[in-house]
Amino acid sequence: MLTAEDKKLIQQVWGKLAGSEEDVGSETLWRMFHAYPPTKTYFPHFDLSQGSDQIRGHGKKVVAALGTAIKNLDNLSQALSELSNLHAYNLLAVLSPVFALQFLAQCLQVVLAVRLGKEYTPEVHSAVDKFMSAVAAVLAEKYR
Amino acid sequence: MVHWSAEEKQLIAGLWGKVNVEECGAEALARLLIVYPWTQRFFSDFGNLSSPTAIIGNPKVRAHGKKVLTSFGDAIKNLDNLKVTYSKLSELHCDKLHVDPENFRLLGDILIIVLAAHFSKDFTPACQATWQKLVGVVAHALAHKYH
Repeated sequence: MLTAEDKKLIQQVWGKLAGSEEDVGSETLWRMFHAYPPTKTYFPHFDLSQGSDQIRGHGKKVVAALGTAIKNLDNLSQALSELSNLHAYNLLAVLSPVFALQFLAQCLQVVLAVRLGKEYTPEVHSAVDKFMSAVAAVLAEKYR
Repeated sequence: MVHWSAEEKQLIAGLWGKVNVEECGAEALARLLIVYPWTQRFFSDFGNLSSPTAIIGNPKVRAHGKKVLTSFGDAIKNLDNLKVTYSKLSELHCDKLHVDPENFRLLGDILIIVLAAHFSKDFTPACQATWQKLVGVVAHALAHKYH
């Protein structure tokens, strides 16, 4: 459960990214494809070379969705409802979606840590980890 | 047996050479206890773990973190022989400490984030990919003797 302090920290961290959302998104995806090759199976139709327009475009979408979630921390289920449907009904694939989303979460945290250094404190780390778990849970809601 | 390319070995050794084992180890363990509070149950005799500040400042946490990461260094020296290297440690974690191996994976991921925060842009995607593989393999070796 996200505490009031968690929510504040998450919003603060996100605020620090203002302007670099697209870079954060595409770097997160690139790291995920690199460190967890099986995640590429979700994107057989993509050009997965570094810096590809599709990775940038999709990265931007992912970060925008997270941004929406962060503006609606009190009602994640509702805010991510459409995305949850999309992932469940249209994008259902072979690998357990829960694992795939864990890898995305890990790579997003790495990107944030790279950018924020010491500012990525244990408290911030904890809040973001909880937030990404909550997002993954909401997105997976409709899978079964 | 896990195969390590020359590039992977270089990415591991190159980064490891710059790691302050005491600081990094302390930080990784502290973060484990903070981000995944249920892990505190393995350290009930460590004293004050009541808040992030307490955990970060706790001398037993620091000392144990250093121990854990020093042991990680042994893994790096024995990349081609991990299961044997960690055989006794694996038995210890299973038989005496009763630690669910899932926690090794969690610590590995946290170590990655600590390294990322520390090395920033030098922690490239290739570096991360190699180190994710390393922590995965270490976690696997530690779980190997479980029964």
